[in-house]
Amino acid sequence: MVERKSPSYMVFLVFNYVFLAFLAFTCLFPVVNVIAVSFSNPAAVAANRVTLWPVDTQVTAYQEIFGNRLLLRSIWVSVRRVLIGTAINLFLITATAYPLSKERSEFPARNIIMWYFVIPMLFNGGLIPTYLLIRNVGLLNSFWVLVIPAAVPIFSVIIMMNFLRSLPRSLFEVAMIDGANHWYILYRIAIPLSMPAIATLTLFAMVGHWNSWFDGLIYMLDSKKWPLQTFLQSAIKAQNELEKIAELGEFEKVRRLSNQTLMASKIVVATVPIVCVYPFLQKYFIKGILLGSIKE
Amino acid sequence: MIAARQSPVSTARDAVLQHVTKHGALYLMVLPAAALVFIFNYIPMYGIVIAFQDYQPIHGFSGSPFAGLQWFRAMFSMPDSGQIFYNTLFIALLKIIFGQLAPITFALLLNEIAVKSYKRTIQTLTYLPHFLSWVMIGGIFIDLLSTKGIINHFLNTMGVESIFFLGSNKWFRFTLVVTDVWKGFGWGTILYLAALSGIDPNLYEAAVVDGANRVRRMWHITLPGIVPTVVLLATLSLRGILDAGFEQVFMLYNPAVYRTGDIIDTFVYRIGLIDAQYSLATAVGLLKSVIGLFLIALSYRLAARFANYRIF
Repeated sequence: MVERKSPSYMVFLVFNYVFLAFLAFTCLFPVVNVIAVSFSNPAAVAANRVTLWPVDTQVTAYQEIFGNRLLLRSIWVSVRRVLIGTAINLFLITATAYPLSKERSEFPARNIIMWYFVIPMLFNGGLIPTYLLIRNVGLLNSFWVLVIPAAVPIFSVIIMMNFLRSLPRSLFEVAMIDGANHWYILYRIAIPLSMPAIATLTLFAMVGHWNSWFDGLIYMLDSKKWPLQTFLQSAIKAQNELEKIAELGEFEKVRRLSNQTLMASKIVVATVPIVCVYPFLQKYFIKGILLGSIKE
Repeated sequence: MIAARQSPVSTARDAVLQHVTKHGALYLMVLPAAALVFIFNYIPMYGIVIAFQDYQPIHGFSGSPFAGLQWFRAMFSMPDSGQIFYNTLFIALLKIIFGQLAPITFALLLNEIAVKSYKRTIQTLTYLPHFLSWVMIGGIFIDLLSTKGIINHFLNTMGVESIFFLGSNKWFRFTLVVTDVWKGFGWGTILYLAALSGIDPNLYEAAVVDGANRVRRMWHITLPGIVPTVVLLATLSLRGILDAGFEQVFMLYNPAVYRTGDIIDTFVYRIGLIDAQYSLATAVGLLKSVIGLFLIALSYRLAARFANYRIF
């Protein structure tokens, strides 16, 4: 853009830089605050003296939660879920996207199959029928309920399909002329060339699994089988109920004193992995959206 | 040479065989996913029948007595149903409107930043809330926004009385919308920034030559440049008009704010999974899905008409 620096524009620029910094700060503050709270003295926290930095640094909260077996178990469930779930997702995404990326002339059934996968995105049975199905199939209270029902992320399949379509057709044609069958092409040509898309979709899947909590809540009857975020969710809900009851009393201050730091440390355990990792992920995620969305 | 007449059966069989050998691998590749989708997405669709039954788990789908439109009638005669529907629409609309206004404004402001590293840093920082789940954000905000929390503490020092962000019907929806916009505005700018960078720089230069100041350049070039994107995203967001954000509301709400904060999905959850009124919950969910389907079709139609959008 051409520069024309009038005084009023300079004022605007200054305001702009400051305002944007403020917005970025609001995005950062809650996370920084919760980390600071988790390392602070509970009394200081209750007195609202903790903002960006720990006050009277201590690690008692962490000592306590790492002795909490339910928490540790839930972390393990989440880790397993991320690893196994992502692997299953990737396998299904690539296997399904490849046939769908073929043109109708090469694969006549393609359109029907496409619609078959798209319809559930538009309309589904709803919460209760899905719950009843899970129960009837025997997946209730099983680890596999966290990875099997959601094993086919159709949106990711579409992204992968679009990516495959963007590869030069000649590559596939030459291979077919040379006598390669589809499995060979899929395994040795399509997948190696799709690494950027696969990286993106892997990260989508991993973050999705890590952040997922509702399925753990409704399908696991045994709290020992909860993933981390479900555990966290129930801890937060429990405290929220108590606080709401005691909202107007002095009673609340006492309760908050003991719980805040503890709660903060639990939140930090779930949040920090994502915070550390997301700056590196965002490049892939952005590519993913742009790949999967507007097509002129 | 006389070609033997082939019987129709063998030709058809040969054709199928040929089709299968040629495409068999492709079908096999799709099979696992197709099977899973059938079990977990299509079979539950059949489960919708319980909306028309008096479903008892012991009797299952086929054994439960037929109830016709009883639950739909019950739904409309319930005192809360109008309120819940209104809450859902109201909250969803506010979220959609501000949820787009914020990233548009933010993108426009970001666009004026010349220092690339500053721009990128700001962007990266504002993406953070998008990657966090509502469990994490809920946990953090429940504390920050409590009456004895930091935000209210700050307000008090400014002379403002404490606000029950999450505890009063007056403020709950406001809190819902603001926290949701906070979570999404950074990420939402991605598409708008892409659109802004797609505007031909020559247009700007020509405008400067013609004597246009910054305001006029923005009005005549920048804004029209992103209108297609805005229209597209707006029409696509139509489909979500009954989705007021279950995960967020579920984490942040409590009985004190049910009156203004209860949405269709949270209602279905409580009635269905907590009270085990399976049929009623399914009926409500079905109504929502049907309206949603209509809205999806409408929004894609409009997007195709006004913004040349094709899904696949």
